Amino acid sequence: GMDWQGQKRAEMLMQVLLVAAAVAAFLVGYLRGDFQLMLLVYAGGVVLTALVTVPNWPFFNRNPLKWLDADEAERHPRPQVSAAGAAAGGKKKSGKNK
Amino acid sequence: MHSFGHRANAVATFAVTILAAMCFAASFSDNFNTPTPTASVKILNINWFQKEANGNDEVSMTLNISADLSSLFTWNTKQVFVFVAAEYETSQNALNQVSLWDGIIPAKEHAKFLIHTTNKYRFIDQGSNLKGKEFNLTMHWHIMPKTGKMFADKIVMTGYRLPEQYR
Repeated sequence: GMDWQGQKRAEMLMQVLLVAAAVAAFLVGYLRGDFQLMLLVYAGGVVLTALVTVPNWPFFNRNPLKWLDADEAERHPRPQVSAAGAAAGGKKKSGKNK
Repeated sequence: MHSFGHRANAVATFAVTILAAMCFAASFSDNFNTPTPTASVKILNINWFQKEANGNDEVSMTLNISADLSSLFTWNTKQVFVFVAAEYETSQNALNQVSLWDGIIPAKEHAKFLIHTTNKYRFIDQGSNLKGKEFNLTMHWHIMPKTGKMFADKIVMTGYRLPEQYR
């Protein structure tokens, strides 16, 4: 899948491109007095946006996650859950069950 | 946004949401249009005027209907429905409306017209009130938009009078 930064960028890009396409389409349609032209320009913008932001392009994967190797992780055992953390966790659970 | 399907869904839903906003804006832009329609109707002839067997008055007339409704059309207009009604007052009803003619204007190029016609729909009173009756001919129209709210308006033309005698 796409990396975290890439997902954020893809969503931003999608929203910016669609809003820009809508503004451009509305202005062209209104100024030319042609409703159908507005729809065509916007449809073009939607297709372009989909092509840019839907596939998992390489430029959405420039910040790959660096996972620890399994044997490296085993050499550093999980820290013990503290008493305070356990209490907070318990509270959360009882709250959810209400 | 982690998968192809999730991103495709996000694009589709946001695109349709914005499309709704664009339609709203297009409908709103109709408010900036200040139309200046004109209309005139001439009664060229009263062809006949009689009382039917059931007691209702009926009149047949030849009309000259001319109008320029092109200023009603905006980029968001699909078509305009127009009709001419005879409107008059009787002791029973404050407003009687009888549609005499109607038409659908599919485009701005057809919005300026002159029509010579007998009344397309029968002009029948619900009773015997038409002798010497003063009435209005009103051109009503409904602007049907591509998106959004429908607008209706009219031009009232006064000073018409039916004959005092059947003929």
